[in-house]
Amino acid sequence: MGMIEVEDFKKSFGSKQVHKGVSFYVKTGECLGLIGGSGAGKSVILRSLIGLERPDSGKIVIDGTEVTALKERELVEVRKKVAYVFQGGALFDSMTVFENLAYPLREHTQLSETEIRRKILHQLEEFGLGGNENLLPASLSGGMQKRVGLARAMMMSPEVVLYDEPTAGLDPYNTKKIQEHILDLKRRGVTSILVTHDMPTAFAVCDKLAILLNGRIEAQGTMEQLEKDSKGLIAKFINGEAA
Amino acid sequence: MSVFAAPLGAFLFESLNILGGMGILSGRILKDLFIGRFYLRLVVEQIYVIGMKSLPLILITATSIGMVMSLQFGLGLEKFGGKMYVPKLVTATILREMGPVFTSLMLAARVGAGIASEIGSMVVTQQIDAIRALGTSPIKKIVIPRVLACLVTLPLLVGVTNFVATVGGLLIGATELNIDANFYYLKVLSTAGISDYVSGIGKSLFFAIFISIPACYYGLNVKNGTKEVGSATTKAVVVASILILVGDFFLSKLFWVVERWV
Repeated sequence: MGMIEVEDFKKSFGSKQVHKGVSFYVKTGECLGLIGGSGAGKSVILRSLIGLERPDSGKIVIDGTEVTALKERELVEVRKKVAYVFQGGALFDSMTVFENLAYPLREHTQLSETEIRRKILHQLEEFGLGGNENLLPASLSGGMQKRVGLARAMMMSPEVVLYDEPTAGLDPYNTKKIQEHILDLKRRGVTSILVTHDMPTAFAVCDKLAILLNGRIEAQGTMEQLEKDSKGLIAKFINGEAA
Repeated sequence: MSVFAAPLGAFLFESLNILGGMGILSGRILKDLFIGRFYLRLVVEQIYVIGMKSLPLILITATSIGMVMSLQFGLGLEKFGGKMYVPKLVTATILREMGPVFTSLMLAARVGAGIASEIGSMVVTQQIDAIRALGTSPIKKIVIPRVLACLVTLPLLVGVTNFVATVGGLLIGATELNIDANFYYLKVLSTAGISDYVSGIGKSLFFAIFISIPACYYGLNVKNGTKEVGSATTKAVVVASILILVGDFFLSKLFWVVERWV
């Protein structure tokens, strides 16, 4: 049915059941915005999509592969085509920007060092980070770190991208830059899920939204559908009346 | 009785939990060591970090051990006219016990703490998650290089300690105790047998495991932010030190039995 399918996803932490049966799907080339209050478990769903967490029960299928049935070693193939953009960038702080970007290429391709260098310098230019290749992540601003994280995630030309709050804590300029990158990837046919609290970004880049509330997806659909059918959940969420 | 039973039960449960966790980690290391890519460059890097950078600390400790032991044995045995036994005693003690144990304790403090805090920080900043998300294994990229580097460097550092401590002992023997340096040197050569070296170096291989596995285990199990990095580091050093000191007795027994048998 979709590029990403999540069916009856349940997950507890200790005695607290956070997900009580989450189900949704994302079609190829679509961008789904997953919204909900802090602690609702949005990031846990995102992490589970590439096997960083395991659900207690339920099924996750990406491009026909049931991720939940795979062992850690078997997840490598899934992780090559599904990129994860971490909230804080999760850059390797002992490596330079260049080495961070070279990491997936050196691990998963047979490219020569010259070819790797060419690709990385091109990628850095695309993300407005040219000239920063020899810097360590600690020398970069928060916005630049996020963009480097995004650039690293894109190095393997993934079919699916999972964004975990990519604009959190960013100024309007960097937020706009990130939005442009997400839209650019969408134009190239990349399927994505965006976890965010930043509603303007969600409205700007997502084709549809899913609202995670009380451990379930309470409403999902396009903006128009949600405005009509979601009992005003979007408005309540924006106004701080639902979390 | 029940006042003690509950904490004791909790302690035993926690100990079993930790031992189980370390056992699982060791199993994964053994499995991943022989499957897929091997990162030799990372092992060499860690050998440099663990070995070369520990050298100044080891040199100072070794010199001190040799000098103190020589002095204490000399002053103690002098009362009974046994000063001439100092080279024999110092050499045997250094090679079999003090060399491996002190080097390992120093490495547990410096390297064990370093590994636990580094990995713990990587967990907190999601770098370990990033390694996995990028289709690679933290066991292969982070844990195995550190464990192997400890296995390679600790015996070498013990060798350095043995040599430097013996020289330290000889210096004190010659200067403070008035033992002829040539006599001391010849006694060292005649005392040190292959079994002494095998026992000391053999034990250091076990100690390398006792240092690196708890350090990696506690680092990887940091869950609640940076505050836990500090406690993980402390636990890694404490557990490694206990394992070294308690393990030393059993390993000493083991090597004595093996020597007799061989």
